[in-house]
Amino acid sequence: MSAAAATSAGGSERLYWLMLLSPCVFLALFYLVPVLNVLVLSFTVPKPGLANYAELAQNGAVQRVLWTTLRIGAITTVLALGIGYVVAYALLQCGPRERQILLGIVVASFWISALIRAFAWVALLQSKGLVNSILLSTGLIESPLSLVRNELGVIIGMVHYMLPYAILPLYTSLRGIDDRLVPAARALGATPGQAFRWVFLPLSLPGLIGAGVIVMIFSLGFYITPAILGGGRTIMVAEFISVQISETLRWGLAAMLATVLLGAVLLLVMWLSRFMDVEQALRK
Amino acid sequence: MAALGVPSTHNGISLNRIVAWLAASFLLLPILVIIPISLTPERYLSLPTNAISFRHYNSLVTDGRWTKSIVDSLVVGIGATVLATGLGVAFALGAWRLGAPLAKRLRLLLLAPIIVPPIVHAVAFYRAWATLGLLDTYLGLILIHAMKGLPFVVLTVAGTLANVDPRLEQAARSLGANPRQAMGWVVLPQIKAGIIAGAAFAFITSWDETIVALFVTSRAVTTLPRRIWEGLADNIDPAIAALGTVMIALTFAAVAISTLRSTAAKA
Repeated sequence: MSAAAATSAGGSERLYWLMLLSPCVFLALFYLVPVLNVLVLSFTVPKPGLANYAELAQNGAVQRVLWTTLRIGAITTVLALGIGYVVAYALLQCGPRERQILLGIVVASFWISALIRAFAWVALLQSKGLVNSILLSTGLIESPLSLVRNELGVIIGMVHYMLPYAILPLYTSLRGIDDRLVPAARALGATPGQAFRWVFLPLSLPGLIGAGVIVMIFSLGFYITPAILGGGRTIMVAEFISVQISETLRWGLAAMLATVLLGAVLLLVMWLSRFMDVEQALRK
Repeated sequence: MAALGVPSTHNGISLNRIVAWLAASFLLLPILVIIPISLTPERYLSLPTNAISFRHYNSLVTDGRWTKSIVDSLVVGIGATVLATGLGVAFALGAWRLGAPLAKRLRLLLLAPIIVPPIVHAVAFYRAWATLGLLDTYLGLILIHAMKGLPFVVLTVAGTLANVDPRLEQAARSLGANPRQAMGWVVLPQIKAGIIAGAAFAFITSWDETIVALFVTSRAVTTLPRRIWEGLADNIDPAIAALGTVMIALTFAAVAISTLRSTAAKA
């Protein structure tokens, strides 16, 4: 809108434009410039060119880390969606009191620090931890199981962290399905299983895909839980980037991987916007 | 699949409700172990066997390293909350009053700090803050945490503003209020609840932020997540469990209060 139009529409418009634009200028200077600088670094350090990107095709360690990241991300997404769908469905079925308690647990666990949770999982899963002590004392196992500092530990911690991210959007989406459709299918002769498979499940598909994309977005860049529960053996891309900077000082490689990660996440967000309102999905 | 029956409000036992309660117990499991660990009389990670002790809670308030971290986290958190709330409320009000297509697109820019993976932030800020001389300073971390909290303030306040009619502001203006008075006396009081909720989100975001803090701070500024991280790296201190218990109790209290409030508002 032009300045002339702003003055003609009343003096307060100028104040509101100032209020709208000053946070944007702040973010442009202190946020966009540093992030764009990372993209630039990936093409210029240690020397200009695409050498950093060539590592994607040549460097076996980089490929292993990316493969681990994708694999753990995919396993986490499938598990979180599967459990999340059943929980969201149960939330529709149960009474208001039970729903309030279950939702309260989900929302509260959303807010509990990832660090504290990783700490608790180490205490539970380590070789002298709670789970192993119980299994040993009951005689179910003879030597401690290795449940942590490996991929299993990372997946347990990640599913635990991502579950609320799956449950809440799924619940919102399932609640939006017209609750007269399944009884209508039943009245027309469908068995409960058929009514679910042919009517309810297809209608819930956009919510399912949307929740899956959200979980994938947060899983790919996850740092704290994999770093603590992976114990340096199962390394995902975020931890690998951090090691490149703090130990091997390979800024170019770190910037390249950060750029690839950012690109992947932005593509997923664009895809997500086809299934659900991104702003709604990100609201806690 | 037959167990997934018709959605209804019957209260019989169904397989999905059993799974739901199992999932809820899984979500609560870390909490259930952290509370007993925090009460151990030993120095190392263990469950109390014969006696319980509050020594680890005591060390949170007496051990200089913990108290410094608590103070640092509060300083950074309050600074970031004030900045994020000011900027976020300003942006949300501007977008609401002007309703321009530009405002819609700018909103996506403001949401970026939620979507961009934190490790990318860490690399970006580490580089930029070194150039600006902001590494290991309170201001440096406050600026970063303010940007990370900003999207939550904008989302929450914009949500509240959606129920406020923009013509109210114009009505106040035509009755003689100047732009500031119209905002302070007419608009802001109506969105007070949204602003408080947004500020709470911004504070929690800062209080909990780990990765960027690990990169841009070292000794001068040691927030709680950084302190816990260092503790996890060498010997695991049960004081972390005590701190976790306190934080979890506060989280549950906050969720319970907000749930009861929204239930009361609906009734």
